[in-house]
Amino acid sequence: MIPEIGHFALVLAFAVSICLAVFPLYGYLTSQDGFCATAKPLALLQGFALAVSFGVLMYGFLTHDFSVKYVADNSNLDLPWHFRMSAVWGAHEGSLLLWALILAFWGVAVALFSRGIPDHMSALVLSVMGMISVGFLAFMLFTSNPFVRILPFAPGNGADLNPLLQDPGLIFHPPMLYMGYVGLSVAFAFAMASLISGQLDATWARWSRPWTTVAWAFLTLGIALGSWWAYYELGWGGWWFWDPVENASLIPWLVATALMHSLAVTEKRGLFRSWTLLLAIAAFSLSLLGTFLVRSGVLTSVHAFANDPERGVFILGFLVVVIGGSLTLYALRAGKVSEPGEFAWISRESFLLFNNLVLTVMAVSVLLGTLYPLLVDAVGGGKVSVGPPFFNAVFVPLTAILVSGMAFGPLAKWRKSDDPKLYRPLIVTLIVSVLVGLGWPSLLAGSYSIGTAIGVTLALWLAIATVVDFQKKVGLYGGLATTLARVEKGMIGMWFAHFGLAVMILGVVMVENHTEHRDLRMGVGDAQRLGNYDVRMTDLAVINGPNYVADQATFEIYEDDQLFKTVTPQKRRYNASGMVMTEASIDSGLTRDLYIAMGEPLGDGDWAVRLSVKPFVDWIWAGAFLMGLGGFISITDRRYRQKFEVKKGEASGEEVPA
Amino acid sequence: MNPKRKQRLLIILGLVSGLGIAVGLVMYALSQNINLFFTPTQIAKGEAPSAQMIRVGGMVADGTVDRDPQSLKVAFDVTDFDHNVRVTYEGILPDLFREGQGVVVQGRIHSGQFVASEVLAKHDENYMPPEVTEALRQSGKLDQMMGGQK
Repeated sequence: MIPEIGHFALVLAFAVSICLAVFPLYGYLTSQDGFCATAKPLALLQGFALAVSFGVLMYGFLTHDFSVKYVADNSNLDLPWHFRMSAVWGAHEGSLLLWALILAFWGVAVALFSRGIPDHMSALVLSVMGMISVGFLAFMLFTSNPFVRILPFAPGNGADLNPLLQDPGLIFHPPMLYMGYVGLSVAFAFAMASLISGQLDATWARWSRPWTTVAWAFLTLGIALGSWWAYYELGWGGWWFWDPVENASLIPWLVATALMHSLAVTEKRGLFRSWTLLLAIAAFSLSLLGTFLVRSGVLTSVHAFANDPERGVFILGFLVVVIGGSLTLYALRAGKVSEPGEFAWISRESFLLFNNLVLTVMAVSVLLGTLYPLLVDAVGGGKVSVGPPFFNAVFVPLTAILVSGMAFGPLAKWRKSDDPKLYRPLIVTLIVSVLVGLGWPSLLAGSYSIGTAIGVTLALWLAIATVVDFQKKVGLYGGLATTLARVEKGMIGMWFAHFGLAVMILGVVMVENHTEHRDLRMGVGDAQRLGNYDVRMTDLAVINGPNYVADQATFEIYEDDQLFKTVTPQKRRYNASGMVMTEASIDSGLTRDLYIAMGEPLGDGDWAVRLSVKPFVDWIWAGAFLMGLGGFISITDRRYRQKFEVKKGEASGEEVPA
Repeated sequence: MNPKRKQRLLIILGLVSGLGIAVGLVMYALSQNINLFFTPTQIAKGEAPSAQMIRVGGMVADGTVDRDPQSLKVAFDVTDFDHNVRVTYEGILPDLFREGQGVVVQGRIHSGQFVASEVLAKHDENYMPPEVTEALRQSGKLDQMMGGQK
């Protein structure tokens, strides 16, 4: 009976979303305030219905209701309770429900926190989000219903959650990522609402800016969590594989990053208006494309599920409607967008334009590389794959170009900024970063690496320039405490994010160029020298876990003949599915991770073993965390809690963050 | 032309040429870095170029996995049930690698053998890489396979 309540709530949410898509828009077009006023209650009702639906599915997992097919396929009596909770979004149907729930949640947030926005505007925004919701809920109800039952003969036990997903990483990675993906729908809806209403001045930018920033922050953390999870769970120690599905999350991230910066220009200076609209449309469309790529199985990927093509066709159709519809509306209205104001060739505007140009090129090249196999196949060119060398060849130099510009942007002033005095601190920055960057590789073992020298130089260049900008502001406000209290929070957020990128680049450069790595055959008693460590295998045992049996090796790690640590990597075989999983042992440290994983049994008690020392690898995720944190700091700014009015002082744009 | 228009024109020209150069470089990088996919039958017929990085997909043939007792060297046959390709590899095989399982291997042909630099097996037991499905369909063995697997 209880699963039917969930199913019913889902149908109710679908009906509500149709009303939400239609009524406020109708009210706006016919100037009937009564219809517009339905938007907020409908958004709240939709959120409630989906929360009930989601709660029921989770209840089904927690109580082992194997009469529900989705539960039977993805859970098991032996599965620990916290994995039963995360199993709710562990496969196709449930992850769609999470998608829809988060979309409804963003709708509720807009309904609750949009008091300063004119009613007709928030009604249109919610209406557009309702339309997206209609598409997704229809998709769920007609092709991927999580509440389908196996009656009257429910199985006594479930098939178990994919062992790969039985990991704390899965509890947080998808919700975070979806918060980001779906959060971009808010910026999209604001852009659509302003196109529908024809109110194409800069106010929509002001309204959608905090939403975009927070969605971006979630997306950043979601991608970083996914990368971290891949690192210790499935990647054999890699942190990024240029897998199509990773790319599908990186592309919207790049576009959203461009959007955040271009929104700043639109809000502060009223420039780049139509470009910003286009970016808002692109960011969300690309996150839909990402969903399509993950869910349809058209690309070879670790994330691809065995799937029926019907679903892919549905999402593709939805994609065509969303992208086609929004671009048509854009084409009809963009001509009316005026672009007042000028800016000099050297100004904050021009640096942000540069930022947008480079980020767009990055997004386009990753998109091209990801879709290329599909395109070639579609024109009958055979099966091809595009590997990491392509993405590295394109992405790395573009990042270098982007980072070189990042030092100038924050120092530049709006409108006109060709006074050399402004950039004088960068001379010292340049000297220090080049000297340290060139010296850095010679401190490391092995031959001198030019790539490391360039990478470290860039990371330092960005980090020091960020600190210089911060110090300049402290000087301006006369003290650290005053600065932190008085300066716009967006500025603090930017310092965090830019510094975070520098930290991440340092991590990437070090781990890519200086990982020490061995695959070898080891048995009990064998020892191996690895960097400054001696690694000795001392024991092999069989361990019984709650829902798996594991071969466990014990390794003692010696540093200077002192026992430094004992680790126990495992090779698990999950009982229900028979799947084999590697549980690597990782000793994390500030400047290096020690990574030990068991490969496969080779006979005679020997195992294939992978040993790695990965310098600075945790800096990658630390950097991403700083970036996400910066995003969250930005939205605490007081002006986002006030009534949204264009104030004279801010519109003139002195000393405002990018 | 007024200065504002001139600036806009220059920006657009800059954008277009920048994008043009970028697309050109990307296409060049693509042409250098794509890996063509071949079936074991195509390789047996000698259609695949040697010494170039390619991908081959199929099933790991039963009873063909040979391990070197001293090192991590391993050799196995990849089959589309028409023809087999002998693959050699040195390193750790993925967890889902086993006989009768679909794999995609990436590497080069060296004197009649396929020397793999990477072996990919997928993380979902029921999931078959699309290339492998295609390879089996071309050899007409897909139904037989699917019947055998369930």
